[in-house]
Amino acid sequence: MFESLSAKLSGTFDRLRGRGALTEADVTEALREVRLALLDADVALPVVRDFTAKVRERALGTEVLDSVSPGQQVVKIVHDVMIEQLGGAGAVPLNLQAAAPIPFLMVGLQGSGKTTTAGKLALRFRERLRRRVLLASLDTQRPAAQLQLAQLAVQAGVSSLPIVAGQTPVEIARRAMDTGRREGFDIVILDTAGRLSINEALMEEVRAIRAETSPVETLLVVDAMTGQDAVNTAKAFNDALGVTGIVLTRMDGDMRGGAALSMRSVTGAPIKLTGSGEKIDALEDFHPERVAGRILGMGDIVGLVEKASETIDEAEAEKLARKMAKGAFDLEDYASQLKQITKMGSLSSILGMLPGIGKMKQQIEDANLDKTMIRRQVAIIGSMTPKERRAPDIIKASRKKRIASGSGTSVQEVNKLLKTYDDMATMMKRMNKLGQKGLMRHGLGALMPKGMGRPGRPF
Amino acid sequence: MALGGFFGRLKQGLSRSTQKFSDGLTTVFKKRRLDDAALHELEELLISADLGTAVAARVIDNFRRTRFGAEVTDEEIRTQLSTEIAKILDPVAQPLVIDRTLKPHVVLVVGVNGNGKTTTIGKLAQTYVESGLRPMMVAADTFRAAAVEQLQIWGERTRAPVIAGPPGTDAAGLAFDALARARTEAADVLLIDTAGRLHNKSVLMEELRKIIRVMQKQDPAVPHSVLLVLDATTGQNAIQQVRVFKEMVAVTGLVVTKLDGSARGGIVVALAEEFGLPVHAVGVGEQAGDLRPFNALDYARGLVGADGGTPAAGD
Repeated sequence: MFESLSAKLSGTFDRLRGRGALTEADVTEALREVRLALLDADVALPVVRDFTAKVRERALGTEVLDSVSPGQQVVKIVHDVMIEQLGGAGAVPLNLQAAAPIPFLMVGLQGSGKTTTAGKLALRFRERLRRRVLLASLDTQRPAAQLQLAQLAVQAGVSSLPIVAGQTPVEIARRAMDTGRREGFDIVILDTAGRLSINEALMEEVRAIRAETSPVETLLVVDAMTGQDAVNTAKAFNDALGVTGIVLTRMDGDMRGGAALSMRSVTGAPIKLTGSGEKIDALEDFHPERVAGRILGMGDIVGLVEKASETIDEAEAEKLARKMAKGAFDLEDYASQLKQITKMGSLSSILGMLPGIGKMKQQIEDANLDKTMIRRQVAIIGSMTPKERRAPDIIKASRKKRIASGSGTSVQEVNKLLKTYDDMATMMKRMNKLGQKGLMRHGLGALMPKGMGRPGRPF
Repeated sequence: MALGGFFGRLKQGLSRSTQKFSDGLTTVFKKRRLDDAALHELEELLISADLGTAVAARVIDNFRRTRFGAEVTDEEIRTQLSTEIAKILDPVAQPLVIDRTLKPHVVLVVGVNGNGKTTTIGKLAQTYVESGLRPMMVAADTFRAAAVEQLQIWGERTRAPVIAGPPGTDAAGLAFDALARARTEAADVLLIDTAGRLHNKSVLMEELRKIIRVMQKQDPAVPHSVLLVLDATTGQNAIQQVRVFKEMVAVTGLVVTKLDGSARGGIVVALAEEFGLPVHAVGVGEQAGDLRPFNALDYARGLVGADGGTPAAGD
């Protein structure tokens, strides 16, 4: 259906590569693709217009025309503008410059993740800053919403405001602040009911809550998979309340997350945090450079490394790295690497984090590659003798037959595995030549043996 | 159900959601020649309704072939555009029909987090109670805090029984027991609420398959329907959502929620083209009565802000 943004952009820039200087026509052509790609990544139309105008302005300057490699320059400009628009490099911290109890107000549409985020935020304040936090739910609309926050408070190890039936949200807010003052809380997080930006009565209510409590942060919680409506919602909430920060939730999904760019551009408010899972500690600082890479399909290298370091046995990884450096990568190592991968989650979600892999990811998905296949490969290697694993060259016809029947596979599959291993070994050698910096610059594409895009092979 | 109130609310919901779109349309097409620039602007209007670039381009291409260069009024454009879009939506406008002979007709409700599964189940239960059926609900979202209590409150509102276990209960086991009970008590419909899950979490998707597998030990024909609940504010990622859920749990139909907001729900058009899955109902509010049948022309008219989006006569 829709080509991924990375596929689109690399297609466009492939065409730009190999030419000398950029003409205005080149830029126009490239920007048409950028525009489409951004729209398919759910960046809102008005924001796309602004964005492409900025890129054009910069691309038509001397930077590109005088450069040796125009394609790469355009990629860089697009990337730079993206980071700028997302708020520049680095994370913007939450504002805690106020007298205790510091009120935080959570607002947003229904189902955007306000309550879960409130719980995560409470845990973060308690654990990282050692603050005493009071959670208060002002959601009298959704059944059991107040109970949900109370249960999250228990999980986060913080207090929650006792539920009093029949109180209005403004009354609850007042009671929360009173309790906060009386009982010496450092921070009071006020979770509100989900509301539509066009519901005047409910927007008036949240304005009243804001006036009552003067929150130091009014955080707009938004779903990262939001489409074009992101601009309307962001604008309406910002106009009504003056949003001081944005929290993007569900960043653990596989959306490109163009809403991030829309929200940030429309409100001017920084994106401060991202939610990336259902567990109560899945709240992270927002890193514009990472999200820019994601929207542009350049991969979230840092995210991958972080995810990998959480799940991969470090000693194991180091041993592997040393072997790779020496070029002594055998089937034993391949098997252990395959096992690590299955631990990290679905293959395609990992591939999504890698740069330059958009096209290949699609092919791999088409080939229906999954963990079953990895498990089969591990089984094949498991049916080899230690000697065979160390020196796969000795595996000839009769050994192959034995291995195939031992692992419940076929000789063809054994052959395929050996071929894949060969490709891997070649890749390792290239990796060593390129070095760490080269990998970041050229992406995985530089590592691929020729014809690597063929389906049915894991790497 | 009062028809006036019914369509009034749907139209109110849809038209509110599309006011901006209509405003745009008015400025673009008041007494104007349908030239390239005009078509381009029209295409952008469709894109900003979340139809997606590909679908928007196709709709506009059809326009170009038939209407290029014509002098058109705003109203003509709205009508033609809504007809064009309704053509795509018409085949998927199919209500969810409960087979009373199944006792129970098992409906598994799935979707990503926060899109309105529990609320939709509450509304469905209300609809069934009103039409004289005996629904039963299962709180198989044993993960999210207070999800069980949320469904139980819907149980009190609709007076339909809610089957739940202690926190952390195995969802598949709970669904299995609920099915046994629904069979014994000859309930007409068994509505199973599941935990929200992102489609790219393979472990969670496997859990969903397990619920189905375990229930099938009792009756290989269940679930009879698998509803994917979809938030109208969702952008192009909805396509991937539907694709994966369909592959993993054989989704039989969609319910589109939160159409009372400023989101225009144009993604439904793209989904209809891509998958052709029935759209059973739309959600236009948080109250029990806010679930509506999906009507193609109505939806399309609402989308482009055409007048006469009240098909009372024809329905």
